[in-house]
Amino acid sequence: MKDPCAHCEEMMQPYLDHVLTDEEMREAEAHLDECELCRRRYRFEESLRIYVRKAATEPMPEELRAKLSALRIPLE
Amino acid sequence: MAHAGTVSRMDAEPDDAQRLATEARDRVRFEEDALALSDQVYRVARHLASSREDADELMQETYARAFRSWRSFQPGTNMRAWLLRILTNLNIDRGRRQQRAPQMQPLEANDYFLYDRLAENLDGVSDEDRVVERLSQDDIVAALSAVPHDFRDVIVLVDLGDFSYADAAQILDIPVGTVMSRLHRGRRILKRELAESALEEAT
Repeated sequence: MKDPCAHCEEMMQPYLDHVLTDEEMREAEAHLDECELCRRRYRFEESLRIYVRKAATEPMPEELRAKLSALRIPLE
Repeated sequence: MAHAGTVSRMDAEPDDAQRLATEARDRVRFEEDALALSDQVYRVARHLASSREDADELMQETYARAFRSWRSFQPGTNMRAWLLRILTNLNIDRGRRQQRAPQMQPLEANDYFLYDRLAENLDGVSDEDRVVERLSQDDIVAALSAVPHDFRDVIVLVDLGDFSYADAAQILDIPVGTVMSRLHRGRRILKRELAESALEEAT
């Protein structure tokens, strides 16, 4: 029998990407219901994804916006 | 300015004039739609490129090419994906892939590694958001740029750009299975990089 936490770890990314089958989903959730540590690790992964997304977002510089507009091909 | 429907001379081809007017209108609309997407394209381009300067150049090259080859865009399809396909091709052509080949990467840590390392320095803090906040924005941007291109491209398209696996596969011209395996490994590499910078700061 495989270590249930190791198995749960393997299912974390597909779980958060919503690509598990219904059966795998039930399996993961059954373990998460009884294992607080895995639950925390899943929650952490979820917060991390949101945080990375926020931290990595930089607004486009206004000069670049003007440069892109200037690349338009004028009408005849 | 082209005028639709003004046929003043009998020897002019009215169909031609009409066609040119329609084409001009379609092109203007295309350019406006493409520019309206530029913020979203930049969000992804910024991290596909190695620096802000590179992202800036890459955006300009992409839009210059898009405006020239607007006819090859199929109306009704995903324009953001179409623009990013041009952008990733240009990025590859420019030879910005001087990093270690993927097979040279040391084996990444497992998926729980980062949480476990951060949590063990936190004396039983139970709120996962607080654990995440141990990482600074600079840590994240630096860790992302340390992920080798092949893996980073997929993370950036899917996790920052919200593209589906299928769209990312099409943009990068690789099979969907490859998108999934690179995403999986790439996220682990990212977490290993984050763990390194977070632990460096802690010591």
